[in-house]
Amino acid sequence: MYLGRVIGRVVATRRITGLGGEKLLIVMPLDETGEAVAESVVACDVVGSGLGDVVHVCDGREASLALRERFVPVDATIVGYVEEFAHDGTLVPPPRPRRRPPGRKRNGLP
Amino acid sequence: MKIGLVVGTVVTPVQHPAYDGQRLLAVRPLDPDGTPAQDRMFVAVDRVDAGVGDRVLLMAEGSSVRALVGESAPIRCAVVGVIDEIALEGRTVYGG
Repeated sequence: MYLGRVIGRVVATRRITGLGGEKLLIVMPLDETGEAVAESVVACDVVGSGLGDVVHVCDGREASLALRERFVPVDATIVGYVEEFAHDGTLVPPPRPRRRPPGRKRNGLP
Repeated sequence: MKIGLVVGTVVTPVQHPAYDGQRLLAVRPLDPDGTPAQDRMFVAVDRVDAGVGDRVLLMAEGSSVRALVGESAPIRCAVVGVIDEIALEGRTVYGG
């Protein structure tokens, strides 16, 4: 599991059964200073993340356990929206205003 | 399991329900001698009340962690111990 920043999204209309309507986002893994540390990955999202959000990603077999369908070929899922990450007493990255339209439910999944 | 250094705490107000009530730590893997390992930073659930600066045991493999947190939880990494001492080839390199 690691921290990442959402840098884009992927739309794939024709996809394997079971992936249903899961949202696909592109995530750049981050280190403790907020710098990118690895190649970006495509991850499913169950918390309603948006562009620029810092998120908590679960990878590997456990990634699919966060989805509605639990045995699907998924190796990364965004399982948390990171509001604050304290490192050496400083916040990385700095808190940002929530850009989400009011009323949009972010955690209505299993 | 890996040896790690707790470098931060992670607050996620919106999260998968499996993480409700769990504390999240950011852990940087270390080589046994204490130098940072060539490995990325992990986010792990805390099972031993570890804090920033602690040297810890990091379990970073899903099936073992699911034995702790339940079979259906999307959780892959857990901090399962706070390290008191590390000895390498008979020499104490940490604590002791």
